[in-house]
Amino acid sequence: MNSTVRYIAFKPRNVSYYCVILLCLLTMISGGYCAYMMEVSGHIITGMNNHVAWGLPHVFAVGLIVTASGVLNGATCASVLGMEVYKPVARLSVVLASSTLLGGLTVLVLDLGRPDRLLLAFTHHNFGSIFTWNIFLYTGLLLICVVYLWMMMEKRFNRQVTTIGLAALVWRIVLTSGTGAIFGLLTGKNIIDTALMAMLFVVLSLVLGTAALVLVTILLKHWQSTQVDDELQKAFNRMQLLFLLVLGIFSIVYHLINVYARQDLYVPLFTLTGGLTTMFSVVYVLTGLLVPLGITLYLLKKPGGIYKQIASSIMSLTGGFLLLYIVIIGSQNQAKILFPGKTVLASRFGDGGFPAYVPSVWEWGVGLGGVAFSFFIFLLLIRVFALIPESQPSTVSKLI
Amino acid sequence: MSDLAPDPVSCMDADFEHNTKANAARRRFLQRIGVMGVSALTASSLPMNVSRGGSLLAADIGSSAASDEPVSGVSSERRWGLLIDTSKCSAGCDACVRGCHEEHGIGVSGNDHTDAQWIRKIDLEDNDSGETMSLPVMCQHCETAPCVDVCPTGASFKRADGVVLVNKHTCIGCRYCMLACPYKARSYIHEPVTDQLSRAPRGKGTVESCTLCVHRIDDGQNLQPACAVACRKDAHSAIVFGDLNNPDSEISKSIREHDAKQVRADLQLNTAVRYTGL
Ligand code: SF4
Ligand code: SF4
Repeated sequence: MNSTVRYIAFKPRNVSYYCVILLCLLTMISGGYCAYMMEVSGHIITGMNNHVAWGLPHVFAVGLIVTASGVLNGATCASVLGMEVYKPVARLSVVLASSTLLGGLTVLVLDLGRPDRLLLAFTHHNFGSIFTWNIFLYTGLLLICVVYLWMMMEKRFNRQVTTIGLAALVWRIVLTSGTGAIFGLLTGKNIIDTALMAMLFVVLSLVLGTAALVLVTILLKHWQSTQVDDELQKAFNRMQLLFLLVLGIFSIVYHLINVYARQDLYVPLFTLTGGLTTMFSVVYVLTGLLVPLGITLYLLKKPGGIYKQIASSIMSLTGGFLLLYIVIIGSQNQAKILFPGKTVLASRFGDGGFPAYVPSVWEWGVGLGGVAFSFFIFLLLIRVFALIPESQPSTVSKLI
Repeated sequence: MSDLAPDPVSCMDADFEHNTKANAARRRFLQRIGVMGVSALTASSLPMNVSRGGSLLAADIGSSAASDEPVSGVSSERRWGLLIDTSKCSAGCDACVRGCHEEHGIGVSGNDHTDAQWIRKIDLEDNDSGETMSLPVMCQHCETAPCVDVCPTGASFKRADGVVLVNKHTCIGCRYCMLACPYKARSYIHEPVTDQLSRAPRGKGTVESCTLCVHRIDDGQNLQPACAVACRKDAHSAIVFGDLNNPDSEISKSIREHDAKQVRADLQLNTAVRYTGL
């Protein structure tokens, strides 16, 4: 069926397109400089410390990685589930997933204490560590994306697209579960925590991925001065609604279970842990869940509001990243309880509590640099290869 | 003489009974130490760039001495541990912390949250009885160490004698072990370190924690860790070091006598650091 869609390389001449490229370049350069400073001066210049060892760069890195997995959903829906409506964006979906994954991995590596030892992570393994598995899952997905795209582009391999699509589907679910398990497998967590965290990440990745795909599709269409096809827009909206609903349910279940098991070493979701985490909990529920849910419900009844869809996607993306902030930072941002039943009178190391984590400008630089890097790579790839469907004013059904 | 450890005799203590699985695990570690020993030898022939934290290996402190010193050799027949007597530990005293810093060349910048915290003093009050106590907390050298489990490169490892260390050559500074350690015993080196001591190599961008003064253990002179020595010098003697596998050692006897406890025993990590009066 793909053969009926004509794909072209993306070469718009809009001023805004070049402005975005310039912005990406500038953000990447600043990000590179921030990473260099962190490497030379050490993490002392960041807001991270011995309490909060994983800061904002991890939020960006994990966010980009799970977004990549969710973005790939567009392609797998088309090639595995046979949902024709997504076929025109299947290639886009794979290439966006690859570039986002690459951006996330870059941030992850740049935030290492010894990024120069990256190769060590591939030569020295501890297969008992979920982190090791994730290293292989991330690089594996990148490889799968390359093969997937290649098979989509090579007519003679078109029949194998379903098989590789299925592999990508399974792989990305394992990958997002594995990423969630990084936080769910810590000592003091129980099996329910681990499973819930893994599932939460899977759903979150679908919300983030769909939102990113919607925004990118709209932006590309804008640069080509055409409209987003109605059917595709409606399909995206239905998908967003479904994933947001599931995410909402999971967030509530996760929170309730953690409140119930309050003796845990770690904080439940939405616990008031001070600083930005508290604020983010409120903002996440409002802008990351309730408002986009309202918008997508409205669009279900009255389709067509492109700006509403943009708004709900931006909110879902922001909300998703806030949720990651709450999970990653919130779980570290409070003292671990070493002596239950006792009050800490004095400790030089904040056993009774410590100042809330505040990310530094260097961390913002590295994180945003990763986002810019992802988008830059994406724009570069779609400029070089024929990956976007030739724009037609007709409906998607005519395209495929 | 205060520097002397109790004479180690190889016997099993019921409290620290090790099952076959644990022994197998230890054998694996032993093999790993062998490999580490080879890499340590290779590493020692490399020029050390201490200020950049280039070639720093904690493991080689232990394994090199282990080969020619049968008494202090790394063996699973021993399990080194500490016993802290909270009734002897005095609030406001930080002799052990200072002793540790001196021994390992750890500087204090004044920022308690980014400075290395191999050992810290905590003052506590019991919520029911109102009784107060003071105690040091350091790496608990867990038998099933979460830091070892999560480390992607295997840089966090446990020696056959139970000492948990970080291989400074293979630590990539991912800091996952810090998230995993329930005792917050791991410190990340946030800034370049200067004036390091050869017995305690440290490097920016890597993670470190209490080594149980492994260089002193492996010295073959039956030396005690610096914290225990400092505490004894300050006339408190609240820290006893010794072989937990030896039922006749001072530490094992005291553990039995005083029904010493583990911090967060509910986590079932079988820590090598025990506390009385907790
Ligand atoms: S106390 Fe922490 S650092 Fe030490 S062995 Fe246990 S988990 Fe590892
Ligand atoms: S920081 Fe170093 S020791 Fe800790 S888990 Fe990462 S590689 Fe292992």
